[in-house]
Amino acid sequence: MGKKILLEHIDKPGIKSYEVYRQNGGYNSVEKALKEMKPSDIVEEVKKSGLRGRGGAGFPAGMKWSFIDKKSGNPRYLVCNADESEPGTFKDRYLMEFIPHLLIEGMITSSIALESNLGFIYIRGEYKWIKKILEQAISEARAAGWLGHNILGTGYSLELVVHPGAGAYICGEETALLESLEGKRGNPRIKPPFPAVKGLYGNPTVVNNVETIATVPWIINNGGDAYAKIGIGRSTGTKLISACGNINKPGVYEIELGLPVEEFLNSDEYCGGVHNGKMLKAVVAGGSSVPILPAELFLKTKKGESRLMSYESLSDGGFESGTMLGSGGFIVYDEDQCIVRNTWNFSRFYHHESCGQCSPCREGTGWMEKVLHNLESGHGKMSDIDLLWDIQKKIDGNTICPLGDAAAWPVASAIRHFREEFEWHIEYTHEAQKRNYGLLKSTKEFFAASVV
Amino acid sequence: MKVTIDGVEIEVEPGTTIMNAARKVGGDIVPPAMCYYTSLPGSGGKCRACLVKVAQGSTADPRPMPKLVASCCTNVQEGMVVQNITSPEVLETRKGIVEFLLINHPLDCPVCDQAGECDLQNFAFDHGRQQTRYDFERRTFDVINIGEDIKLHMTRCILCYRCTMVADQLTDGREHGILWRGDKSEISTYIQKAVENDFSGNMIDVCPVGALTDKHFRFRNRVWFLNPMDSHRDCKKCSGKVVLWMRGNEVYRITGRKDQYNELKEFICNDCRFENYDVKNWIIEGPREIANESVINSNHYEHGTKALPKELFSKINNEKWENV
Ligand SMILES: Cc1cc2nc3c(=O)[nH]c(=O)nc-3n(C[C@H](O)[C@H](O)[C@H](O)COP(=O)(O)O)c2cc1C
Ligand code: SF4
Ligand code: SF4
Ligand code: SF4
Ligand code: FES
Repeated sequence: MGKKILLEHIDKPGIKSYEVYRQNGGYNSVEKALKEMKPSDIVEEVKKSGLRGRGGAGFPAGMKWSFIDKKSGNPRYLVCNADESEPGTFKDRYLMEFIPHLLIEGMITSSIALESNLGFIYIRGEYKWIKKILEQAISEARAAGWLGHNILGTGYSLELVVHPGAGAYICGEETALLESLEGKRGNPRIKPPFPAVKGLYGNPTVVNNVETIATVPWIINNGGDAYAKIGIGRSTGTKLISACGNINKPGVYEIELGLPVEEFLNSDEYCGGVHNGKMLKAVVAGGSSVPILPAELFLKTKKGESRLMSYESLSDGGFESGTMLGSGGFIVYDEDQCIVRNTWNFSRFYHHESCGQCSPCREGTGWMEKVLHNLESGHGKMSDIDLLWDIQKKIDGNTICPLGDAAAWPVASAIRHFREEFEWHIEYTHEAQKRNYGLLKSTKEFFAASVV
Repeated sequence: MKVTIDGVEIEVEPGTTIMNAARKVGGDIVPPAMCYYTSLPGSGGKCRACLVKVAQGSTADPRPMPKLVASCCTNVQEGMVVQNITSPEVLETRKGIVEFLLINHPLDCPVCDQAGECDLQNFAFDHGRQQTRYDFERRTFDVINIGEDIKLHMTRCILCYRCTMVADQLTDGREHGILWRGDKSEISTYIQKAVENDFSGNMIDVCPVGALTDKHFRFRNRVWFLNPMDSHRDCKKCSGKVVLWMRGNEVYRITGRKDQYNELKEFICNDCRFENYDVKNWIIEGPREIANESVINSNHYEHGTKALPKELFSKINNEKWENV
């Protein structure tokens, strides 16, 4: 069994309730943070822990906290990003739904560190019932004296507000989220200024993912050094992975970073292998935005090393032969899945979710979707492949926010690695409407070689 | 601060954007702007037409920036080295931007009032490719009236957000301006509220394309057949400094005064713009040099005295005029 930090108590009956959560050591970190530590000590511990943002970009949390402007004397805000809408990612939902007090405890300790007196949890609009769960948890915590005015008699006060989104993926981008929270249209802002300097209502703000914040209580209780000992290299600690697709045991798993991908995929403790005894075709390792990899590049890096579930190992080889840990949305494709169809499906999502502010993303995402739809429905031309490549290249890196890149990467990686399948789709139009391409030649060779 | 743009070194104030530094130099190295507008705070960053390459971030940190940056909203640093037209990557990307802006654009220039003074037309002419690679149905919208004086051809809109920013500045209430998202976005009729404002006509002038048009001028003439005349009147609401677009002694339309980047420095009121078509209401200063050369207007504006009706001369007492 790997180390469990976030899900340590998840199976305790009644852990959703305040009483059981408290009996299992819940809210101890708040007491410690308020009575035994200075805010700067907490920031220091989080820095030492090496905790990296779990929302996708993997930016070190302690460093982000230390950028926050405390000198201006303006109010500071902590905003929890619970907008979780990336296709394939459903880990925050699990935490909030089944152990809501962990997030509330994390919000309190993180707010203490940032010396903030007002915090927001911006939750995906479709998670309506979870909003109620969180609000219930907040009122329980308040009744127990962990929130409100003059907490534990220390003079520190904090209020938390849960705010629902209205069904837009783009509002998960931190600056669009802040706009939305302010009641405006959810368009990403042009950076700089970064939220740490000018965030919510123009005041210094930290935006962190649910999982990032929920990790803070453990770090306060056990120390940053203890956290840094878990995991591998600069990928410290544990990570929630939401696994889905053609596997025997889809679900949310907490893994120690550095776990070999093969073990994660095949062991019964986690995914339990590809279902129905099928062959592995491809994996999207970190949510729909990260590059898709064919089985052989997913299992082994270009250098021939076994890949690990860590930021560094998954991105080994750059975009040429690697991918990213992203937000931990792990999607598995077996030999019967169609990459062209999958790519079209992803592009449809990004087209639908583009805010439309900047021209490459607004126009390019729709164009890619239309071309891919043609390919998938048997109306493609050979030149469409190069056209798609050119469109994604003109979007990538040229937009206001990373949604443009996120729309470009799945298309780029699908063409980079699965070009032969695209060509087959166009050349054998009728057959492609009846059956799927199956494994790439290189994947078949890889598996043939590893059997010997 | 010293910056180098396409090999030209220039000294600018800290806090200057790359765009404005380039404009200080002028000429070909000025990046095209389809959304940035000097007098509209918050504008810029959206069209991505002005992307440039930063080959050296600053003297202190000489690393190049990893991505192209929007020159209209990136400040210069001491020792920054910028490449605009000297970077093939920038030019290639710009070609892509034109293409993106055009895939859903009707390109109905022959029946578009903006033709001849259209930023998109110029941009496409300078950077576009000859043929479209887009063979899908284009997005279309119905033409709508917004208020008495303005018509919106949403189909031609490039979503630069300028008009919504004008609307924002005119009304106390917050204006959302845009409805829906992605390529379904459209200018919201919320701006109807702003349209009742005395300065709403400026939305027509800030629009880089033929999406917002002057209902009094629609289809009446081609801009390159008209004589632009700097003129003014006493106005309680605005500076009263306008351009009369005339043919013979008939005033076809009235606009604010645009500079070489097609920007108004002063907004004018609707009284001046829509209510004073009688030439007698104006003091004519003289013909306006149209600094912003465009594809269609080049050599078409008839400068000079000859084309001007005699009876106007009595009003003219301007040095510039006498020197012509
Ligand atoms: C289009 C888009 C959607 C995003 N959606 C989410 C999201 O749902 N949840 C999240 O935590 N971060 C999301 N992010 C990342 C956030 O912008 C931000 O980096 C993150 O909330 C920072 O928290 P962290 O440092 O704790 O990871 C998204 C980013 C983009 C560009
Ligand atoms: S990249 Fe897309 S989502 Fe992001 S600001 Fe531009 S149009 Fe909006
Ligand atoms: S807006 Fe410009 S490019 Fe578009 S139709 Fe009118 S003149 Fe042509
Ligand atoms: S109507 Fe004109 S000014 Fe307004 S957003 Fe569209 S192109 Fe820009
Ligand atoms: S002018 Fe800079 S992005 Fe539009």
